[in-house]
Formats: sequence, C-alpha cells, structure tokens
Amino acid sequence: MATRFVGERIKRREDLSLLTGRATFIDDIVLPRMVHGAVLRSPHASARIHSIQTAAALALAGVHAVLTSEQLGDANSDMPLLNDDPGFIYPRTHRALAAGEVRFVGEAVAFVVADSRYVCEDALALIEVEYEVREPAVDVIAAAATGAPLVHDDTESNIACRTVNESGNTARAFEDAEVIIREVLRPERGAAQPIETRGVVADYETKTGRLTVWDTTQVPVGARTVLAEKLAMPEADITVIAPDVGGGFGVKIMLVYPEELLVPFAARMLGRPVKWIEDRQEHFLGSNHERLMVHEVTLAATRDGRLLGLSDTFYYDSGAYCPYGPINAICCQGILPGPYKIPNLRTEYLAVYTNTPIVSPYRGAGQPHGAFVMETMMNRLAGELEMDPVEVRRRNLVSPADCPYDAGTVFQNDTPLIHQDCDYPAELEKLLEALDYDAVLRTLPGLRDVGVYRGIAVAFYVEGTGIAPYEGVEVRVEPTGFVHVATGYPAQGQGHHTALAQVVAEALTVDLEQVRVQSGRTDAFAWGVGTLSSRSAVIGGTAAVLASARVRKKALELAATQLEAAVDDLELVSGCVQVKGVPGHSITLGELAAQSNPINSLEPGVEPGLRATEYHRPEGAEFSSGIHGAIVDVDIETGVPTIQKYVVVHDCGNMINPAIVEGQVLGGTAQGIGGAFYEKLVFNDQGQLLTTTFMDYLLPTAMEIPEIEIHHLDRPSTRNPLGVKGVGEGGAIGAPAVCAAAVEAALQPFGARCNAVPLSPSDILAMINNAKIG
Amino acid sequence: MKPAQFLYRDPVTVAEALNLLAEHGEDARLLAGGQSLVPMLNFRLVQPAVIIDLNGIEELGNIQVTGDWFKIGSMARQAAVESHREIIRGWPLLVDALRHVAHPPIRNRGTIGGSLAHNDPAAELPAVMIALRAHMILQSATAQRTVPAESFFVSPLETALAPDELLVAIEAPVPDSSAGWGFAEISRRHGDFALAAAAVQLIPGDTARAPGARIVVTGVAERPLRVSEAENILCEGAWSAARDKAIRAAVETAVEPFEDLHAPGWYRQQAAGVMAARACQDALMRGADFAAQRDKKPGAVA
Amino acid sequence: MNGERRTVRTIINGEPFEREIEVRLLASDFIRHEAGLTGTHVGCEHGVCGACTILLDGAPVRSCLLLAVQLSSHNVETVEGLESAQNLHPLQQSFWEKHGLQCGYCTPGILMTMKAFLAENPNPSTAEIRTVLAGHLCRCTGYQQIVESVVEAAERMAQLPDGKA
Repeated sequence: MATRFVGERIKRREDLSLLTGRATFIDDIVLPRMVHGAVLRSPHASARIHSIQTAAALALAGVHAVLTSEQLGDANSDMPLLNDDPGFIYPRTHRALAAGEVRFVGEAVAFVVADSRYVCEDALALIEVEYEVREPAVDVIAAAATGAPLVHDDTESNIACRTVNESGNTARAFEDAEVIIREVLRPERGAAQPIETRGVVADYETKTGRLTVWDTTQVPVGARTVLAEKLAMPEADITVIAPDVGGGFGVKIMLVYPEELLVPFAARMLGRPVKWIEDRQEHFLGSNHERLMVHEVTLAATRDGRLLGLSDTFYYDSGAYCPYGPINAICCQGILPGPYKIPNLRTEYLAVYTNTPIVSPYRGAGQPHGAFVMETMMNRLAGELEMDPVEVRRRNLVSPADCPYDAGTVFQNDTPLIHQDCDYPAELEKLLEALDYDAVLRTLPGLRDVGVYRGIAVAFYVEGTGIAPYEGVEVRVEPTGFVHVATGYPAQGQGHHTALAQVVAEALTVDLEQVRVQSGRTDAFAWGVGTLSSRSAVIGGTAAVLASARVRKKALELAATQLEAAVDDLELVSGCVQVKGVPGHSITLGELAAQSNPINSLEPGVEPGLRATEYHRPEGAEFSSGIHGAIVDVDIETGVPTIQKYVVVHDCGNMINPAIVEGQVLGGTAQGIGGAFYEKLVFNDQGQLLTTTFMDYLLPTAMEIPEIEIHHLDRPSTRNPLGVKGVGEGGAIGAPAVCAAAVEAALQPFGARCNAVPLSPSDILAMINNAKIG
Repeated sequence: MKPAQFLYRDPVTVAEALNLLAEHGEDARLLAGGQSLVPMLNFRLVQPAVIIDLNGIEELGNIQVTGDWFKIGSMARQAAVESHREIIRGWPLLVDALRHVAHPPIRNRGTIGGSLAHNDPAAELPAVMIALRAHMILQSATAQRTVPAESFFVSPLETALAPDELLVAIEAPVPDSSAGWGFAEISRRHGDFALAAAAVQLIPGDTARAPGARIVVTGVAERPLRVSEAENILCEGAWSAARDKAIRAAVETAVEPFEDLHAPGWYRQQAAGVMAARACQDALMRGADFAAQRDKKPGAVA
Repeated sequence: MNGERRTVRTIINGEPFEREIEVRLLASDFIRHEAGLTGTHVGCEHGVCGACTILLDGAPVRSCLLLAVQLSSHNVETVEGLESAQNLHPLQQSFWEKHGLQCGYCTPGILMTMKAFLAENPNPSTAEIRTVLAGHLCRCTGYQQIVESVVEAAERMAQLPDGKA
C-alpha cells in the first residue's frame, strides 16, 4: 500500500525556528526578576570538608544566596538508584551538594545565586573551603585492588558490583578447543560534549506554590518525580519542560544532576526565578562521562574457525557514584556476541568506584566497548588461523534460517538477545560489494612497496534498542480540524516532532500541517521514560500508531450513526469519514470532534472528545545491527591515520524519515570516529582531569570526518506496527572497532596490535617503532 | 567562564598606549586580536587590573611592501596578511603557514604581532619569522629598538619585550622570487597547534655569497629552533636518502622536546625530523635554481 | 555592580543599538542578553566551537572572544538578519532542504561563516567547504549533510539575478 508520509524525506518542522534564530534553548529563557546561579566545585578528588566560609561571598554586592548542604536540609538526600543489579555489593548514589566528603574533582560543594553569572564567579572565588585532602583512587585496576584508597568510607572495597552471566559451559569449551586466543583489551569512551551544555531555569510562584522548571533533560517526567520528592511538593504543582535542547547523547539524562534540584530550591527560597547555565569547563567536570573498561578475554575456536566459547572478565570504571547502576557494563555484555553463534559464553564484570566523575551512558552505552572486544577477537582469530577476517566472520554468522536465535546473553531490562528480523550475511555481502573488498585487498602489497600502508577492515555490531519500560502518546482531533499529538519524551535534535507528525498524519489521512506535536513537557503529557537507547521511534512511534488507530476507530463509529451506514462500509479519506466510494456523503474529523463534545452528547462508558491515549510497553527490546567498513592509510613516519573510505551498511528496519535516519547514522559514526582517533579524557594520578577545554579534548571537525557512504538494508521488525528497530546509536557503536582494525591491518607488516582505543598518532608510531626494534 | 573585573583603556595612538603601559606596568595586559588573551580572561587564568585595547590604533595595522622589504604593523590581522597580494607573491612561506593557524574566524581578528608577542611554543608564526630573517621593532616611551626574530622568542609565552615596550612592526626582506620554501606541520586536527612543524626558506646565493637556508622547527622546544646543522647538510650537496636521514637526525638532536597531553616528547622529536625533511624536499622542488647554485659554489651559509 | 562601565554604540543587522554595560561583558552576552538576539549561541567561551560566530564588518569572528565595548562603531550581523522580509536566505533554505541541522545549536554560527565564505567563493569545492567548516564543531550531523547544504546554497545563489541573496 502506498504511503503518503511514512518513509518519505519530509522536511523537518523543527528547522524554521532553528534556522532563523527563533528557537528557545535554555539560555534563551528570560524571566522578570531572574537571577543567576553558579556551582562551587571541589578541586580535590578525595577530601573531607571541615568547613565552608561563605560570609565574604554573601557580602559581595549583587549576591543573593550561598547554599551549602546545611541549607538544603532534607532536600539533600541521596538521589535514586536508576538501575538495580543483582550483583550490587555497594550501591552508592550522589547528592545535590557534598556533605562532609568530596569524591571527585568537580563535585558540587556550594551554590551561589547573584545578579549575573559574572558576579557569581566573583563570589565563588570568595568562598573558603577547608579541605583535608586524601589519597584518591583513580586508575580502575588500582582502585579494584585490595588496599586501594576507598572512595566510600562505609565500604570494604571499591568494587561496587560483581555480576556473572553464563550460558553453556565455557570451562569445558576451552578444554577441548584446538585454538585459544587471549587478549587484554582496553576500549575507552569519552564524553558526549554536546555543543550546548546543561542548564536549568526555575520559576516558583510564591502565591500559588507552583513551580515551573525548564531543564535540558532527556527525561523530564522522571525529573519531576524526583523534584517532587526532594522538595516535598505535590507533583501536580510542578511542571518540567525540556525546551529546545542542543544535543544530548545520553549526558543529559540523570535523575537528577545536582543543579536540577539546586536551581528550583533556590528559586523557591528566594521567591524569584533562578537560571543556571553550565559553562564548558564545568561541563567536563560536572557532567557525566563514559570511560574505560579493561577486558580480559579468552576465545576458543576450532581449527577451521568456528567459535566454541568466549569468556570476558572486565573491569568497569564507574566513577565516584553509581546512580545509573552499572548500565554500560550490562549493555556491553548484553550484545557482546554480536551477530555470531557462540555456544558457550561467560561474562563477569566488576564495576569499580574511582574518585572521578560519574559514569553514565554516552551514545552506545557500553556497546561500542562490546563491539570493539568482539570484533578485535575475531580479527585475532583470523590472524592466528591465517584466514581472511571476512571468512572467519562468515563461518560464524547467525543467518536468517537460524532465527529466532537466542544468543545466550541478556541485555538491559532483562531482555534476552534474540536475533530475529535480521540478515547479517546480507549486510556483510552488501558491505563487501560497496568496499570492493577483494579488489582492494589485492592492491595492498603493491601499495606497500611504494610506501603506502593501507588497511581494510570490517566490524559488525548488534545493538539493543527500543527498550522498555514504555512511552505514551495522546492523539486528539480538535473541532478546528487540527490534530494535537502529545508525548512525554523530549527531543535534542532527532526530529521527533516531524517523525510523529508523519506517523499520525498518515494514519488519519490528514495533511502534515494539520498535525501539531508537543513533547517533553509534563503539562502536556505527564507520563513517559525519556529519550535514550534509540527507543523513540520504536516505542513512541508504536504508541502513536495505536492511539491513531483508536481515534480512527472512534471516528468511524461516531460517523456510522451520522451517515446511517455500517462501520464496515465507511472509510477515512483526506481527513473525512465517507461511505466507501461516495465522496459526497462524508463528515470531517473536525466535525466529528465537535460532535463528541459532551455538550452535544455523552454516551455512558464513552470518553468525550475524538481522542485516544495509548501506552506501549514493549516485550523486551528490538535489536538493530550494522556493519562498518573502513579503508585507512597510515603514514608510517608520523603515525597519522587517514580514512580513505568509510561505508556503513545498517539495518534499522523501516525508516519513518530516511533523511533523519541518515543524519543519525552520520552523526553517530562521527562520534565513533572521534572515539577512535581523537577523544580522550586524561586524568593525572591525583584525579585531576587534564582535558577540560576543547583544545585538550579533541572533537573531530569536518576535516577529520570523511564522507560516509550509507547503505540501508531493511528487515522490518515484525514486533511493532511500524516495523522500526531504532537507529540513534548504531553509528557510534561500530566505528571505534573498525577504525582500530583498519589501522592494525595497515600495520600488519609491523605486527601491530591495536588493543585499545582511542589511538593517537603517537600510539600508532610507537607500534611501528617497537616493531622495527623488536 | 566570565572575566574578572578590569579597567578598560582604548588609546588611539602608540604614544598613548606606551604611556598607559608605563603607568600600569605589570598590572596591565595588551589586547591585540584577543584570540589568545580573551580565552585566558574567560578562564580567569589571568586577571589583569587594566586592559589596554590596541585595536583603535590605526597606524599599527598598516602593511607596507616596498621594494625588497615588507613592514607589517603589529596589529595587522592575520587574514589581511594572508590575502595581501604582494605578501602572497613575495612571502609564500608566511601565507602557507598562516593557513595552518586555527580557522578563518580566528585569523580575522588575530594579529601578526599578537601571535608573535604571545609566543606559544607550538605556534607557527614565530618559526616562520625566524626563517624569513625578520626583525621586530619594539617601542617604549623613550626609545625604539630592533631585535632579530632569532633573539626575540625567549621561552614559552615570554619574549624580549620589556614590560614597558610595545611590538609595533615586523620587517623582513623579500626572499628572491625564485627562492624555494617549505612548510610542513603535524597537528592533531586541522588548525590545531603544531605537535611539530618546520619552516624552510632557501636563500639563493649571488656573486657575493653562497646559497644558504633557514630551517626552523617549532612545537618541539621552549622556543622555535633554528637548526644550523640541518641547514649545512641541506646546502652541502644534492638531495639523497642519506642527506634526508642526516637532516632528520640533526633536527632530532637539536630539539629539547616537551611532553603534553597530545604527544610525548619522543614523538615530537621524531616528527620534527620528518617535518623538516619534508619541508626541505618541498623547498628544493620549488627553488629550481637553488640546486644549481649550490652545486656550483658549496660554502658558507647565508 | 561595581565594575567600570562604558556605553556601546553599534549597529546590529542594520539597526543602531546602544547600551551602557560593564566593560568586562563579552560581546556574545551583549548580543544575546542586552540586544536580546538569542540566535547566536554560546558553546565554549574559548573560541573553538564556533557557535558564537557573527559577522563583524562582514568578516566571521567569535563573539565570545570580543568584549562588548569592542563592537562600538562596527557593523554586526547575526543569524536574525539573514532572512529578508519575504524570503529565507538561500543558505537557510538549503539547510532546510538538505537536513543540514539536527539540534540546531551550532547552526547559526555556521550560517554566518558560510554567508561570508560564499560571498568570496561562489563556487566552492567540497574540500574548500570542509576546510572552512572545520572552524565549527558539530556533534549531531557528522558534517556531511552540512556540506551538501552549502553546495546547494551555492547553486541556489548562482541562479539569483545578481548572484547573491
């Protein structure tokens, strides 16, 4: 059946205001009598606070308040634990302001409110804190060892959580194996660094007791719940609004960051609006990271390259607190097998506290680490067997005939990784064709003879998307004929409003311009989880389809009486319900909406209005997949890698809007390339973050990111009406693995082993130098 | 990241600026292009009591090219120099190096003099000025003096400028129109500071003197380094693999590399050698006459 | 406030604008909060991300690295001045057509740089576009659709009567 909107490259409705400077980002919000806030942050990674002197700061002209944990009182209780894990030993969450202890450089110690941010910063310099500095635990392996300085005094070790997952019997598999490969791999991620930092504006109306909070959060509904608890206020008196948000990528999800509580608290205390805008330097310290995992991996296989077992024990740097639970570790081990059949699997992760900023998901949430581990091991196996890396993969791929195939691991929300609605062999073949793989391979020796060291590599990924618990969408037809759509999850650039409008307009046969969408504000829709884990199209899209279907059904039922026809004889065309084949005999959706006003009629058991709200709670998750291919040259005199060609073949099922999908793949891949070659958070041994500016932490520019060729291979999901599978993170998941592999392939004559990402030119040149010596 | 308080002064003549400098001394900072200073103000890494804004002193922005010399006012914008027709013709090394400095919006405000007076050890312009045999013209309320580029750059962020002196202009002779030049840089991203860079300017000989060269490396030491030994090797014979290797070794020996987040010392050392060799090769390719002259008259360096 | 104050007298998008401010006020904050033109965004306050880029006397510069007082007697152009009363600027139209933005936060700075760039380079190659675009950080798009948008804008502008918007 032909579609009008779904599947089309519809221009985004979000763009006009963004292009003309008329958008409303958090710092664009200006309220009468508004004052500004700034956070005093700990300069030490581990210290006891003996005293905080605020008198001098308070005396500065223009300063309205200085808050410490004392002033917060009960509001300064521990933040909720978002993801429990049966393996938790010491779950520890953070508070809004440090109370007696600081555990990472950047931890919030006090909050200043003044007439301007400029005066705030003057005041911060006047606050005197007496710290008793202690030895921090910084490196994840050192922190896990017995006798390491404790990040939390009330624990006996820094190992926060230890969880083992097993399927089959790896011990036996390793006994019988003809080939055993052992590696220690160190994939590191970095920081999301959206171009817009975080911010909060709060307005507390003293007369009514109503609080409105504008917040750059990806999870406004959850934020409201936490605020209500901490501020001891009814949820009904709080509205949380995510305005236009300049990128999220996971870092804008917390329930909640300190400032999300401090700002409303201060607004209520002062009886005037308060604004806090994070600056870039504090974003590096005060917003979450995703960091290092150290994987000790053993792979067992037969001589002809068939996988027998995989065992992976890994240390996961959690930062100083674990409010998100060890979610990145959970996601990492959940998709670790990728598209391969591995009959025996064992993973063990140890989430470790370190005196560094909190670790939480950044686009991919541990899955880039997982893909790096699996794909590197496959390449090592190929090397050991002197087999082409592509052939080794072919021999182990789950194929459509095997589906549904239980991979043996469990992803977040207790979702088993079950391969279905997928075709990994087809993805591989499509990639090889796009790369002209065999032809390129043949050119490599000749190129080496003239000093060109080129490598070609592929890297698969399977990612969990569309995860539970749920989202809801309301679809409401107005008497005006406009269709109002509302949902709880907000956008940070993904074009949700456009995508939802496409889905609803299609379902109700109206023009796109008739559909108006509101999202991410609790006064428009108060239920939802949020925008994360590549789930909006899957879950929100499905809820929109279900709600639209119910509206359509109700419209037909209402019209049946009017038109004196049976429901089965009616159809919805161009926003009108008509008798099939009789266009003249019809009634518009708007007219039906007017009639369903209780002023006109109210049938018992029938809800007024032409509207429906549907919630979708998926069973488990969807699993998208893809394969990245890269051709990389390495300058062996300088270690500088140059990507010559980059291809992505991906399968996200059906696409609501291909332009939006491609944008997500391109953007994700760029962040993945950043993580492969450029982005590294560096701490010294005292826990000081040395990379706190854009000159130190290197985001790739248009000169570092190549043209990326995308091929869509769409095997629609059979588990939701749109057939979509989620696409936001995939690009970031495959890129570090393929970039490292291509460099390793280019440097094969030197026997280079890329066991870690990111790879700097000096890392690469060191491999070349060592080979020449050794 | 907002600056701390300061007093703001915007003189319109050099004399006025110098009086302010004399009055405020170390309490004052000169604001040229602002592309280095304002970030430091925003981070509160510096908190001067007084900012002396030089952008209103029109005479400092002049670019003069007369016959065999250029004289660039210290406040000339990098972008203006980069697009100046005669500078492009006469000093292609300078123009090429400028294209490695950050990005156009930075060069639209950044000044030649500001970058030189700031003297970041990984900046491109200081090395290029040494390669071009430039002189810095320094002015105080009482005197004017000329300092050759080679002596101007002392240590990171420190130059020969006295606290009461202003860099007013940079002068350099125009290299012979057939002179070869080369510039090679390694940086982490396009536009970033150099991990290592080399500026090479060949100086063709004439009846009075033998051909010579200037090879200057940056990013690898406390200040840009002229590597005389490499210059001798370049001038002593035809290009060969052995000579290439010798130039690299000479540069590696000469540099005292520092280590930072972006690269360890050994990397900068090795990369400096590679950049110097590549820049020399480019220079030789561009300066067709040079080889002929050199082979006729081996001898002293210019 | 105790800081030294000056009056800024400048022209923004063709309109004179005057305000007395503290001398340490950054131009980016002046444009956004004194002049109320919030289309220019702040991303880093150290000149690297490019989100704050405006045109000063026609040349792209970082407004976060200018003091507000330095705007006096100069012409400032921001994204709000790009469109005409009747039409979007070809760059805005092309970015819309070619999905050249996602969150839109870095976009105004890029539009201003590209406006100046296309005025000098009406027929740029993608390599030249990428070199100039390298002065702007984007986390959402991976740059490719931005490059395509600029290519299309150049084509659009070439078809206009006087070759410019």
